[in-house]
Amino acid sequence: MTDSSDKQVSWSSLRSTAMIWLTASMVTFSLLMLAGLAGILLWSGGNWLFDSHAGAAHSGGYLDQLQANLTLLLYGSPNVTGSAAMLPAIVGTVLMIFLMTIVVAPLGVVVAIYLREYARESWYTELLRISIQNLAGVPSIIYGVFGLGFFVYVLGGQMDSWLFAEDLPKPTFGTPGLLWASLTLAMLTLPVVIVSAEEGFARLPDSLREGSLALGATRAETIIHVLLPAASPSILTGVILAIARAAGEVAPLMLVGVVKYAPTLPVNLQAPFIHLEQKFMHLGFLVYDLTLHAHPGEGRLGLVAATSLLLVMVVLGLNLLANSLRQRLRGRYQQSASL
Amino acid sequence: METIDSLIFPPLASMQRDRPAPAIHVNGVSLSYPQQPEALSDIALKIPAGEVTAIIGPSGCGKSTLLRCFNRMNDTIEGVAYTGEILIDELNVLAPTTDVTSLRRRVGMVFQRPNPFPKSIFDNIAYGPRVGGIRRKRDLDEIVERALKSAALWDEVKDRLLDNAMSLSLGQQQRLVIARAIAVEPDVLLLDEPASSLDPISTLKIEELIYELKHFYTIVIVTHNMQQAARVSDRTAFMNAGRVVEFDTTDQIFTNPTQPATEDYITGRYG
Repeated sequence: MTDSSDKQVSWSSLRSTAMIWLTASMVTFSLLMLAGLAGILLWSGGNWLFDSHAGAAHSGGYLDQLQANLTLLLYGSPNVTGSAAMLPAIVGTVLMIFLMTIVVAPLGVVVAIYLREYARESWYTELLRISIQNLAGVPSIIYGVFGLGFFVYVLGGQMDSWLFAEDLPKPTFGTPGLLWASLTLAMLTLPVVIVSAEEGFARLPDSLREGSLALGATRAETIIHVLLPAASPSILTGVILAIARAAGEVAPLMLVGVVKYAPTLPVNLQAPFIHLEQKFMHLGFLVYDLTLHAHPGEGRLGLVAATSLLLVMVVLGLNLLANSLRQRLRGRYQQSASL
Repeated sequence: METIDSLIFPPLASMQRDRPAPAIHVNGVSLSYPQQPEALSDIALKIPAGEVTAIIGPSGCGKSTLLRCFNRMNDTIEGVAYTGEILIDELNVLAPTTDVTSLRRRVGMVFQRPNPFPKSIFDNIAYGPRVGGIRRKRDLDEIVERALKSAALWDEVKDRLLDNAMSLSLGQQQRLVIARAIAVEPDVLLLDEPASSLDPISTLKIEELIYELKHFYTIVIVTHNMQQAARVSDRTAFMNAGRVVEFDTTDQIFTNPTQPATEDYITGRYG
């Protein structure tokens, strides 16, 4: 057992070394790309934020310039042609994501509960699961077209003829708006929430269910009072993934409610305080629009970068919020570290 | 004939029972499920009231299956089918018209591995009463304290009732689960190998607890530990391959069994 076994040994250790190098280089490459993207954003955007621009020239120091630029960014300025105000776009983006979450979270959880706790495994449940996974792969612009056709024209048109007939032919809900945009995104992200929630319920041991049933609880009570709290970290994971996916979508939104400039915010102090039929502004759309149509010349790339930076920070903020909530739930309903 | 009415959540009682613990009569019960076509074959037993009855037998003989019949937990198995009747004070447990949730409040169960909910200790114990309709904080406080005292756990946890139940040791968790079962004030307690995952000291505590509890409940305990059955029970049933081979007082079974199969099992010829 001399030569051949030595050769074996060095071949397998060569293989494992090669694996390590391969995976390490892949990781490094991905990280470099991420760093490059972040770098461009930070460099360009940062430069823009600290340079002086028309409409926000300042003779003061860096901080004053930053402040002036942020004001220009957030509120726009009548002096600068083609300037867009970001603050309404931030409000619109966050509001839309919020509405989407209110719709998609309960819906996804209910579907997951049905699939896991009530339905018996059969060809029907298999069909459901395959359909859900297929839905996840549908290109998002198609969701936009569906949203336009069904939500806006069919549902919105019906609502108009029932509730706002006196305003016709001017459409209220029969036109793209905040509500339809949120619903379209909710449909888009529904599969993600369902899959995470279902996994959360599947991970719960049967002993939990039996323990509850043995105390005289009905199945519904068991689900609501024992299983749902225990699965909430997984459900929240699904919601986080949904937010992440939705925050990056722009194309479908262009069809169902986003405009370059909306004269009023969709939330204000006028009753009914949230105006679901209004069109709204969206950060991602502004990035697209600015890239193509912004006032040509100096600072255009920087403006786009600054806007993108803003979008990334909004999404990060939402993510951090959801993550901290999930951590708190994990501590409270700690079952196993993997949930 | 008080049947269904007596199953609606029983009134808050003090430690003295106002109702005697019931006897359980098993008549001709057979059960099958897809993986096991003859899980139980024609079981007939008369389990006396207010005593501890142990069911022993080798693995797979159907003791847990029989136990789970008493509170209809076998209903959760897909494809299960059973015949016969089990009478708890004239109520036929196996009848399709029996209200299963009320039944389970009357017949409590403790499982082999402790299965506390991932909630606080207080919420664990209060779960049963809450689901049964008791909402007032004062009532719940009283019930939780009483249940924990009955389970000999009060002194250890009274200062940390809001702590997560998963932070207790296994032995404490099992006593917690027993307290949780007692909190709904059942008539019958079913214990499915309650100490098999515990260390000897916790096992001893559980056995002492069972001895105390039998003054208030009819207790049926399934165990594969014959010495435990001998220590704890008044009567013992020996099962094998889905049938009851012998059923007698514990003394008789362990010192002078009539069936050769029983004697073989007890002397360790097979396990």
